Amino acid sequence: MSMTPRSWILVGLLALLAAVPPVAAYFDAPFYLDLLRRVMIFAIAASSLNLILGYGGMVSFGHAAYLGIGAYAVGVLGYYGIHNGCLQWGVAIGASALVALAIGAISVRTSGIYFIMITLAFTQMLYYLGISIEEYGGDDGMRLKLRSEFDFINLNNETAFYYLVLAILAFAILLVHRLVNSRFGRVIQAARSNEARTRAIGFSPYPYRLAAFVISGALCGLAGALLVNHTAYLTPEFMNWTRSGELMFMVILGGIATSAGPLLGAAALLLLEDVLQGWSLLPKEAVRDHWQLYLGVILVLVVLFARRGLAGLLPGKNE
Amino acid sequence: MNKLLETHQLRKSFGALIATDGVDFDVREGETHAVIGPNGAGKTTFIKQLSGELRPDTGRVSFGGEDVTALASQHRSRKGLARSFQITSIYRDFSALDNVALAVQAHAGHSFRFWKAARQDPLLIEPALKILQSVGLDKRINILAAELAHGEQRQLEIAMALATRPRLLLLDEPVAGMGTDESLRMVELLASLKDSKTIVLVEHDMDAVFSLADRISVLVYGRIIATGTPEEIRANKEVRAAYLGEEA
Repeated sequence: MSMTPRSWILVGLLALLAAVPPVAAYFDAPFYLDLLRRVMIFAIAASSLNLILGYGGMVSFGHAAYLGIGAYAVGVLGYYGIHNGCLQWGVAIGASALVALAIGAISVRTSGIYFIMITLAFTQMLYYLGISIEEYGGDDGMRLKLRSEFDFINLNNETAFYYLVLAILAFAILLVHRLVNSRFGRVIQAARSNEARTRAIGFSPYPYRLAAFVISGALCGLAGALLVNHTAYLTPEFMNWTRSGELMFMVILGGIATSAGPLLGAAALLLLEDVLQGWSLLPKEAVRDHWQLYLGVILVLVVLFARRGLAGLLPGKNE
Repeated sequence: MNKLLETHQLRKSFGALIATDGVDFDVREGETHAVIGPNGAGKTTFIKQLSGELRPDTGRVSFGGEDVTALASQHRSRKGLARSFQITSIYRDFSALDNVALAVQAHAGHSFRFWKAARQDPLLIEPALKILQSVGLDKRINILAAELAHGEQRQLEIAMALATRPRLLLLDEPVAGMGTDESLRMVELLASLKDSKTIVLVEHDMDAVFSLADRISVLVYGRIIATGTPEEIRANKEVRAAYLGEEA
């Protein structure tokens, strides 16, 4: 595999992320460790969405569902005293894949606005299901008693947990990259580009699209398992439709169908959110209450002027 | 000669409009069979029923002796029926090579292969290069399809159809919208395929039709009013009145 300028930049970004814990420790600023771990977890979720939205042309407006399922798998098993990480995360991935299979089996047959609406509707169902189960805290959510337990790593060590998330992020980016350049990935991109032509040369796009949808859901479920360990709090808000919107925002802002896009988008969104909320130059309340408004303006500008998002501004060829 | 493709009493209507009205049509193994007809004669509706994009209301389509009426286009493609489109249909955001390699891939087993880079796979690239060479696009392989000239895009479509190693090529107006030079090159390309392939050619360009076709069927208002050799069609009074006369 030859390295393009783009992939070097991506490797550089990951190396920068790897340098964060010692730097944060030196300046005694653990807050940044926390913030960037959150960025990376959302970058994993956004990468999973990029697979189907960016490369597959399937605009899922319900991707927060898998974030929620992954989180609930960990939280609920923990509630019953099962803290084994391999089991918890395995269930998170497996349950997300199963739900994605069920939702995908119906939604992948549709396209355009119908696809958006069906994925949104299923996610809203899961969201209200989460709210209605009082046993797990209803709409208040509940604390995670213990973080997932592994033999080889202790997640209570914030730095170790940080590096595990970084490793999973690197794996997720590599996985999506390999997938979209494989025969499988060529088919889902072909079906996005020209469906009639894809059928005419002899492909049935449906099983490939469905498989991409399931892989994407499973990967996002893993991000959900990470997220609930990160916040140490389980809440149905993980599945709120605004969360799905944020994931789409990250993918579009970062640059759809690019390897670096989801990471850039997640970083830009969450760091901007942090900066805008704490900005001291403007009257604080006005900014804090309306920071989404500024984000909205930025998104409109990106969609209008930088069609490949932030990644499109990087040197080198668009994929 | 063996009949490769055959339709029996094909009928298709859209509301009150009868687009295909009891068509009996056959294509013999190895021949180039042209379908001509004035605008609105139902040629595209007819070819869509051959390719499987449309189902007839009644009637039968058989291919290679097998009834394929109920099969969708991707399944007919796997049986060896390839189609080019009247309005150029390619992957505009893919390179010329990627376009053809995908068509090769569609007929190289299943594509649930998740890890190996398809662009470096000689099993896809080598046949694709060979086909691009045969249609005269070997110097343009890395150009985005959207950036190819119109004539080159039409050549690319033919290349994609050939890449599926078809038993029958359905070409829907391959010369449409081309300049004189481009259309001459296309006719040359089709003439070079004619000996090795069975072709159904739907075309407006009479020069192309009469120089390429072994047989011609004339479609008017959804009915075939005549089928025969180019000489027979030229001499047919009904055809002249319905169609050729208008052009003369």
